[in-house]
Amino acid sequence: MTPELGHFALILALLVAASTGVLALWGAQKNRAPWIALAKPGALALALLVTFSYLCLTWAFTQNDFSVRYVAEQSNSLLPLVYRVAGVWGGHEGSLLLWLLMLTWWTLLVRLFSRALPETMRARVIGVLCLVAAGFLLFILCTSNPFLRLLPGVPEGRDLNPMLQDPGLVIHPPLLYMGYVGFSVAYAFAVAALMSGKLDAAWARWSRPWTMAAWVFLTLGIAMGSWWAYYELGWGGWWFWDPVENASFMPWLAGTALIHSLAVTEKRGGFKNWTVLLAVSTFSLSLLGTFLVRSGVLTSVHAFASDPSRGIFILAFLVVVIGASLALFVWRAPKVGLGGRFGLFSRESLLLTNNVLLVVATGTVLLGTLYPLIIDALAVGKISVGPPYFNAVFVPIMTPLLFLIGVGPFARWKQASIPEIARLLKWALAVAIIVAIALPFAYGDWTPFVGLGIFAAVWIVLTALLHLIRQARATQGSGSFIASILKQPRHFWGMHLAHIGVAVFVAGVTIVGGYEEEKDVKMAPGDSVSVAGNTFRFLGVRQVKGPNYLAWQGDVELSKNDRFQRRLLPEKRIYHSSAMPMTEAAIDAGILRDVYVSLGEPIDRAHPETEWAMRVYYKPLVDWIWGGCILMALGGLIAMLDRRYRIRRNNPKAVS
Amino acid sequence: MNLLRLLTLCLALFAANSANAEEARPLAADPVTEQRLLAITGELRCLVCQNETIAASNADLANDLREQIRGMIQSGKSDDEIIDFLVTRYGDYVLYRPPVKNITLFLWGGPLLFFIAGIFGLRHYLVRRNRQIAAGDALSDADKRLAEALLAGEAPVTPDPSKTPPS
Repeated sequence: MTPELGHFALILALLVAASTGVLALWGAQKNRAPWIALAKPGALALALLVTFSYLCLTWAFTQNDFSVRYVAEQSNSLLPLVYRVAGVWGGHEGSLLLWLLMLTWWTLLVRLFSRALPETMRARVIGVLCLVAAGFLLFILCTSNPFLRLLPGVPEGRDLNPMLQDPGLVIHPPLLYMGYVGFSVAYAFAVAALMSGKLDAAWARWSRPWTMAAWVFLTLGIAMGSWWAYYELGWGGWWFWDPVENASFMPWLAGTALIHSLAVTEKRGGFKNWTVLLAVSTFSLSLLGTFLVRSGVLTSVHAFASDPSRGIFILAFLVVVIGASLALFVWRAPKVGLGGRFGLFSRESLLLTNNVLLVVATGTVLLGTLYPLIIDALAVGKISVGPPYFNAVFVPIMTPLLFLIGVGPFARWKQASIPEIARLLKWALAVAIIVAIALPFAYGDWTPFVGLGIFAAVWIVLTALLHLIRQARATQGSGSFIASILKQPRHFWGMHLAHIGVAVFVAGVTIVGGYEEEKDVKMAPGDSVSVAGNTFRFLGVRQVKGPNYLAWQGDVELSKNDRFQRRLLPEKRIYHSSAMPMTEAAIDAGILRDVYVSLGEPIDRAHPETEWAMRVYYKPLVDWIWGGCILMALGGLIAMLDRRYRIRRNNPKAVS
Repeated sequence: MNLLRLLTLCLALFAANSANAEEARPLAADPVTEQRLLAITGELRCLVCQNETIAASNADLANDLREQIRGMIQSGKSDDEIIDFLVTRYGDYVLYRPPVKNITLFLWGGPLLFFIAGIFGLRHYLVRRNRQIAAGDALSDADKRLAEALLAGEAPVTPDPSKTPPS
């Protein structure tokens, strides 16, 4: 009964979403107050219905109701409760329901935190969001209904993909989806502004905190996924340029461009058309990501062709979203003013350069991700595009961008002076170059790749500090210097924290890329192996029984300079439901380095007690990669909480 | 289940084996071979996995291929010879660094093309924008709006001959 209620709630939600969307938008256009007033209760009703439906599915999971097909496919009575709750988003149908749930919550949040918005603008934003939700509801109900029954039911479910039975994967999808879906708010604001014909600074100010919130979630979601891949997949990598990863990285790149472009639109009234296009592109890339991951087109173009209904639907949805917004753009955009004047070298032009580079980077990732699919679909060959390609084309595009992070904050709006900036930054430049030449020798050989990375990281940190000091001096007045530093506005702190996060990230990527050590060894109990002064002694394997798996657990003693450090227990798990063994690496994490050991296969399968293939890694600064991402997200969060967004909220008159 | 039997067997023999201690042997005889093996297999796709390199994968095929490549390195084959051998056997699909040929020209050239187009587009936009605003500055507000509309019609970002300025 419960699944039927969930199903019914989805149908009602579709009706509510479609009618609220259409009436609110039409009402706003024709200025009909009663229709405009529908937006607020509509958003609430939609969120309640979808949440109810989501809870119904969760209930079916927790009760092991294997007469629901989706539950039978994704769960198992032996599955621990937390994975049964998280199992809701373990497959296609449930992921989409989670997507939709997030969308309706974002809509509800817009309704709650937009008191400063004029009534019609709010109705438009909510209307657009409701139409997007209606599209997704239609998609779920037509092609991906999670509530379909399996009659007769089966006594036992198939089990959640063992790869997903991990705390990292419990948190990763919701964070990622919050980011993806959050960009729908930026999109809705852009479309609403186009409809009203008022793309002004107020519009940019409203969208900024929302866009930033989405970006923060997406940053954390991607970092979480990368961290999971690092400790779960057992090969010690943190990013593989896998199409699934690229699908989340593209909206991140476009979203990063968007938050910078919104700054110009708000502060200087410029780049309005560009900002609107970026908002549309970012959300479209989120949809494209959903399409790529969810349509099955990545696993095989041919599998997609044999059952294309889902893929075709998302593609059609994508075409409608992009097409309608571009049509609106062409119709409305020429009415939008140009904004203030600025010189060829100014804060504005540098931010625009940042945008161009980020968009080129997005295009490059898109090209590399879609190219093998297109080649395959055209039947002209079969190629793989992997990390060697992406690293070769991506690094050259990112390098100037990293350099500009240091310059940007020093450039004045309207007109900046190159000699002045050169004078301010020459010492930072000199120090960064010296460190880039000297520091790598502390780790080993100097290579151009490492030199470049260290230069970028040091350069960004130094310029950020310099800017902080300079800004504090300029606003010091009669108070103390420290007090002045602390009084700097939050958006200022947020910006520099996020930029320093980029530096920390780059330092991690560079050092681990340049100096990680890996050894592939055969080990019999009692053997030991060393990497970078860390000695691993293999004591043997034992059998461990989990709730729904059986594992070999290796016992490895880690010591440094003959001093015992700790025990490491890597595992090789065989889940009852799957033939594919899962690796659980054991990691001794540290600020300066991780040491990492993972179990391979027994050398002789008939005698697994004798020798095992094992991999041991030494990974200097690898945790800086995710630390950097957390700093970026934290910077975004602080910027988002800047006081001026709240003042505007309490004082509606200030928004004209 | 076979695995269960193995596990029990292992447990029985575990204590006996843990006594003799020695330095672990790398899978390859010498570190140079090992280094080359990692470099080669790190750019090759494991054909039976979802999306993994031969270096990273633990699949049987990947293990066998690693053993074969190790053998080829030891028998004195160059990196190119080894890769050619694998491409002949499995096609370009095995390469994570796609070869430059007709069908991959745009793949390899695209990013540079985007970059150049982006920089030139940016420059073009900035110069044109400043000219438009300079023209607008000399006029009154009402004239300014009119001029902007005129200019937008006269010089769209991509020249469009069908568009004529409103009269």
